[in-house]
Amino acid sequence: MDRLQQRFLAESRREFLKHTGVGIGALGLASVFNDRLFAAPSEPGRGDASAPRWPHVAPRAKSVIYIHLVGGPSQLDLFDSKPELAKRNGEKCPDDMFQDKQLAFIREHPTLLGSRFGFHRHGQGGLELSEHLPHLGSVADDLALIRTVRTEQFNHAPAQLFLHTGFERFGRPGIGSWVSYGLGSANRNLPGYVVLITGSVAGAGNSLWGSGFLPTIHQGVEFRNQGDPVLFLSNPAGVTPKSRRDIVDGVNALNRIALADVGDPEIATRIAQYELAYRMQSSVPELMDIRRESAATLEAYGAKPGKASLANNCLLARRLVEKGVRFVQLFDQGWDHHSGLFKSLPNKARQLDRPVAALIADLRERGLLDETLVVIGAEFGRTPMLQGRSNGGAPNNVGRDHHREAYSVLLAGGGVRGGITHGRTDELGYGPVENPVHIHDLNATILHLLGLDHERLTYRVQGRHFRLTDVHGEIVNGILA
Amino acid sequence: MAAILLLAAWSQRSAGFAAEAHWAYQAPVRPELPRLAKPQPGANPVDHFIRHRLAKRSIAPSPLAKPEQQARRLFLDLIGRPPQPGEVAAFLADPGQRQYEWMVDRLLASPQYGEKWARRWLDLARYADSNGFQADQLRDSWAYRDWVIDAFNAGMPFDQFAIEQLAGDLLPGATLSQRIATGFHRTPTCNVEAGVHPESNRVNQVVDRVNTTGTVFLGTTLECAQCHDHKHDPFTMNDYYRMFAFFNNTPLEVKQQGKGVTWNFYGPALSLPLSPEKQAQRARLQEQIDACEVEKEAAQLRKRLNAIRPHTTLVMEEMARPRDTRLLLRGDYLTPGGAVEAGTPRSLHSFDPALPLNRLGLARWLVAPANPLTARVTVNRWWAVFMGRGIVPTQEDFGTQGEPPTHRALLDWLAVELIESGWSMKQLHRQMLTSRTYRQSSRVTGEHLEKDPANRYFARAPRVRLSAEMIRDAALSASGLLAHRMHGPPVYPPQPAGIWRHVGRNAPKFVAATDENRFRRGVYVVWRRGAPYASFVNFDAPDRGACVVERPRTNTPLQALTLLNDEAYVEMALALAARIVAEPGLANDEERIGFAFRVVLSRLAKPAEVDYLMQLLAKRGEELAAHPKAARQLVGGVKGWRMPPGVKARDLAKWFAVANVLLNLDEAITKG
Repeated sequence: MDRLQQRFLAESRREFLKHTGVGIGALGLASVFNDRLFAAPSEPGRGDASAPRWPHVAPRAKSVIYIHLVGGPSQLDLFDSKPELAKRNGEKCPDDMFQDKQLAFIREHPTLLGSRFGFHRHGQGGLELSEHLPHLGSVADDLALIRTVRTEQFNHAPAQLFLHTGFERFGRPGIGSWVSYGLGSANRNLPGYVVLITGSVAGAGNSLWGSGFLPTIHQGVEFRNQGDPVLFLSNPAGVTPKSRRDIVDGVNALNRIALADVGDPEIATRIAQYELAYRMQSSVPELMDIRRESAATLEAYGAKPGKASLANNCLLARRLVEKGVRFVQLFDQGWDHHSGLFKSLPNKARQLDRPVAALIADLRERGLLDETLVVIGAEFGRTPMLQGRSNGGAPNNVGRDHHREAYSVLLAGGGVRGGITHGRTDELGYGPVENPVHIHDLNATILHLLGLDHERLTYRVQGRHFRLTDVHGEIVNGILA
Repeated sequence: MAAILLLAAWSQRSAGFAAEAHWAYQAPVRPELPRLAKPQPGANPVDHFIRHRLAKRSIAPSPLAKPEQQARRLFLDLIGRPPQPGEVAAFLADPGQRQYEWMVDRLLASPQYGEKWARRWLDLARYADSNGFQADQLRDSWAYRDWVIDAFNAGMPFDQFAIEQLAGDLLPGATLSQRIATGFHRTPTCNVEAGVHPESNRVNQVVDRVNTTGTVFLGTTLECAQCHDHKHDPFTMNDYYRMFAFFNNTPLEVKQQGKGVTWNFYGPALSLPLSPEKQAQRARLQEQIDACEVEKEAAQLRKRLNAIRPHTTLVMEEMARPRDTRLLLRGDYLTPGGAVEAGTPRSLHSFDPALPLNRLGLARWLVAPANPLTARVTVNRWWAVFMGRGIVPTQEDFGTQGEPPTHRALLDWLAVELIESGWSMKQLHRQMLTSRTYRQSSRVTGEHLEKDPANRYFARAPRVRLSAEMIRDAALSASGLLAHRMHGPPVYPPQPAGIWRHVGRNAPKFVAATDENRFRRGVYVVWRRGAPYASFVNFDAPDRGACVVERPRTNTPLQALTLLNDEAYVEMALALAARIVAEPGLANDEERIGFAFRVVLSRLAKPAEVDYLMQLLAKRGEELAAHPKAARQLVGGVKGWRMPPGVKARDLAKWFAVANVLLNLDEAITKG
């Protein structure tokens, strides 16, 4: 690149930086997708206003594996033991749990529903978990359990949007996009933000990992478990690797002629992107091929090559963060137990328990746990009240309604203090009585662990600086190591 | 309590702004044309403003772009696809002003003009073919999309365009077309998941209507004022809910299905006239029924008759009894505050008391000549399309926090011109496109980089990547596949299997069309919010869940993969290869390459380019001779693709490489 073009790149970058918040400088500069654009040296004599300054604070984690249990699992049957609730099972719930409350489904004064599952304490911290989560118990001293997470939405799609984007309607970027924008990708051959899905997509669809108003380079890229792992990755039939190479060479040779002629640095970026695309054609299938893992590892996760499962996705998540992917978002459908709770939940818990425990143990063994933040959460929790026919109904077909006042989220690794339980709910598990944690607080904390200050990670659009946490968010110091 | 204190703090802070001082809140007045130091042939009013400023900064404007480049740019900007050889022969033979203007007029009159320009408006209107959220069922609203296309083509004055979309239903003696136009505000997403609270959904939709109206017509983010007085601009929370009141009289849009927990999308919809074919079908059946003597058979026929139903489209409608509007504290519908009356922001021009206090009055207020914003915001958006950046660079924000205009006088001149032209979009487009400023070369020179690297002063034409839809339309056009049929229900061109499988309730299968619908323009492609058309997503298409003023223009490896490997683009490359091979009158491969360049890039090939592609052809030829199966695999690999008669698979495969290269070039997907 000649000097003029370098200057041009510096200028494009300044244009870009106009959108970023005051003083945060060159966030996102290392993004794999534009590192040609953003790797340009800053101009001497212009001050350091646009020089890379991230992260804002010392990072504890470099990457995130975020497991979203879509539908909202029952915290009262998995993470938050309430003997008093069990004792009062079948009683009408207290008035203040029903009157003037917004519930998605329950319309008549409901009865209380105690858990039918036992709970056990685990590890030195004595973390209490359902009998259906024995493997997670084995890594309990790596886990921080927040029991008082609170959201504002009680329908799936708005609550999912609120959890990921801090806003209940469409149009804003999700936390994965914010992190990609803030930190870029550490791998030149892979996107910074990858999405893995089991079951159908969550209610709010692709918008959960769309980049909202952020540049679309920060949107999550879905790695699929059927067909091409990344859309359009394989060559069409009859195009051999050799002919693909010839064609890419042809594209780039002609693009170079154009670059010399018109001098637009976008052409230089495009040449680099064609090279990257070509490399991804081999690097991504390799990465997605879990047959390369040892039998012992596959066994530990319960992963089976070629089968779509949360276990496979947990293993893939490890492979991705190992390669430097910043944010791996897992969605697992099937946790919306309005009925059949006690029959279905153990089965879902089994699908979660072993793979996630194996993931945490595996990360620890590989020395990655300290720099990888694992989050297991959902858009909301479930009510202590029974949903369904309160009397006369089939006793095994009961369920719980959506609940936003207090539910549980687990975190591990990446600067999180293990073996602790944060926050306490009342004796019936309805609301917090100690250390409430709002979604904005949770998101502020995740960003903080990555070295990003949620008040300074901003993007300017439509005349204002937007943040993931709007004008809220307190870091949950109680769970920091 | 905390919320109230916060509110008080905000209103105190905002009391200080000097609304009068901000340029954008004063109605534009037509300025004098700046006098140019020396006579400049061909300079039109736009050029006067631009060149005056350039002269002050001692920057020389660029020379005219090459004629073929001017033609390509004009085709892309006006009808959204590159010219095909022959379409511009007259201009290339005589590239003077007269022929150029004739070309502009011809393109402004093309029905493809509306198809091209509708796309941008549909981003603003957040038009989609599905409800969004969890269920994301398909909805029928495409008649509104067609209305937009037709309005642009008919040269509907922009004020009427605005009024009919915002309040066509309230016009005296509203026509079918005017009611269809109100689909503009029936596009908001709708949540029908089990457990939804209909009122919460409705309030969200009204909020969306207020915010979108503010963004589209006022270039203003009213959204902040939903929860508190705007911190920087003179819009109070009260203003917000006064605007809200205009939109507060439409019915709920979710309805419980039976007694269960299933909800469905509903609300006012209009039956469209039956097509002539369907009318004829119905008439035939009716005759048969009348003639039928066996009741059982007649019942069968009646069933068939009733199954022939008209399409419907979503429209706005006022409820007979208007709702009371209250301020919503913290923007939450569960905490209503004091009552408010419909009204417009007090800091802007006054609301004519002769106007009705409803959506129609609001619409007329928005396009009143006294409105300082609508005309400016509108011409600025068009300018940005043609010139690469807005005169106000922050197109979505004309408030005090937006960037000031680089050429305020020009902006005002154009805004007044728009109003005085009778709000003629085509006339304004013509004004901008016939300027020397537009017709300049896009070449970036050392002087540009030295004096104006960001091209704030428009000393050169911009070089910008095409939109997702235009990239596809251009490739379809170059490959000769583009189908020109207009209007009608959304179409399903090929995309990878399974993209819809994971989304929504009772998801219909995405079945790729095998007829001409496979090759129709992007504006007709089905827009499912939970999973928009995959290749469009890779080229920055939004999910259309909310109003989008300007799409980002990224440059990613996923785009490379799309153009290289997407079945749709492979098919286009094959068709282009076939077109090259079949084109009569080409003596040799060099000439064939030259033809391909004219078709894809609208220009002659350079010798270095021809040399390179000749080598590529030779290389491909050798490999295909060694692997004859590869050619058949390639040609047979695209479902629905049939090799034209008389063409050899090996030739096609060889030329496929050239076609694939050309369709992937930066220049092929760029307006330069």
